[in-house]
Amino acid sequence: MAEIIVVTSGKGGVGKTTSSAAIGTGLALRGHKTVLVDFDVGLRNLDLIMGCERRVVFDLVNVINNEATLNQALIKDKRTEGLFILPASQTRDKDALSKEGVEKVLNELAESFDYIVCDSPAGIEKGAQLALYFADTAIVVTNPEVSSVRDSDRILGVLQSKSRKAEQGGQIREHLLLTRYNPARVQAGEMLSVDDVSDILAIPLLGVIPESEAVLKASNQGVPVVLDDKSDAGQAYLDAIARFLGEDREHRFLDVQRKGLLSRVFGRKG
Amino acid sequence: MGILSYFRAKKQTSASVAKERLQVLVAYERNQRSQPDYLPQMQQEILAVIAKYVDVSLDDVQINLDEDCSILELNVTLPEQREPR
Ligand SMILES: Nc1ncnc2c1ncn2[C@@H]1O[C@H](COP(=O)(O)OP(=O)(O)OP(=O)(O)O)[C@@H](O)[C@H]1O
Ligand SMILES: [Mg+2]
Repeated sequence: MAEIIVVTSGKGGVGKTTSSAAIGTGLALRGHKTVLVDFDVGLRNLDLIMGCERRVVFDLVNVINNEATLNQALIKDKRTEGLFILPASQTRDKDALSKEGVEKVLNELAESFDYIVCDSPAGIEKGAQLALYFADTAIVVTNPEVSSVRDSDRILGVLQSKSRKAEQGGQIREHLLLTRYNPARVQAGEMLSVDDVSDILAIPLLGVIPESEAVLKASNQGVPVVLDDKSDAGQAYLDAIARFLGEDREHRFLDVQRKGLLSRVFGRKG
Repeated sequence: MGILSYFRAKKQTSASVAKERLQVLVAYERNQRSQPDYLPQMQQEILAVIAKYVDVSLDDVQINLDEDCSILELNVTLPEQREPR
């Protein structure tokens, strides 16, 4: 049985697409057949982040409308074995997706994939609700910042009331992925810490991704950041994926990296 | 705790202000979400009945439902003089 993962956040621009690309690629690297589905109809970007924008012919809406078969629309990733991308449509019709249509496509994908990673659009309305409706698992992407944390809590409310699992009396598994984390600013008391955000949202922590230059560089090149395994963000995503698969990994990149003279004198802060 | 963080602990940082504000807001919004949809309407109607007899406003009436919707708690702050209208 395929596991459906939705990458969601409420607030826009917090790193859902970056994280979807990283997590999908990471799962495929670990040998799981994975498909990345872009639910951001009208604003597709996952193809760009994955570097396959010039290979898009058909999209999710074409498959729903029977204008293309799933095999015609799926793009096989050239770098990572076992990874496929199903692009979003660029249509401006925001009713292009229906629950029945999405269910049909997900059912068909579930026959041949281990993981289906759904990149949600921003917001808590219809588009975001469709992206999360069929999910087994949610990865809630949050930045250490008040409006992002508040919106994450609101999307948790949607996950707990408007998903199929919730309607059937069950529960979607929820994970917190804290991204764009800046340890120096946390230490200076200018940014919410990982403990602060965990306390407030009260869901299990999957990983902390540092604010990193590697992310922009990777997106410039159309390469998911996990493939830059020397980078801090790449490693942090790989750790998060290992945890997702049940491994025990200590959280890294939570403290200020380069230690100055002062911290060497006073020792590592506990 | 290092010396630096000792001095810092004295004055409230902007991050701790953020945390406090979020805790209050999130608790409030979660409570709102857990209430059934009919609650605002019911509150209005109960208020209308009470207002027939005493001079109260919406702020004077508090209605709470516990989590599994088994106890309805109604708190009305009555005005100083309780003369019928
Ligand atoms: N860890 C990080 N470090 C630095 N920049 C980051 C990081 N994560 C994301 N970004 C940047 O933040 C911006 C938004 O990221 P992304 O497109 O993944 O967000 P999104 O949640 O998918 O946005 P939308 O809601 O519009 O779909 C991008 O410019 C991306 O490069
Ligand atoms: Mg996006």
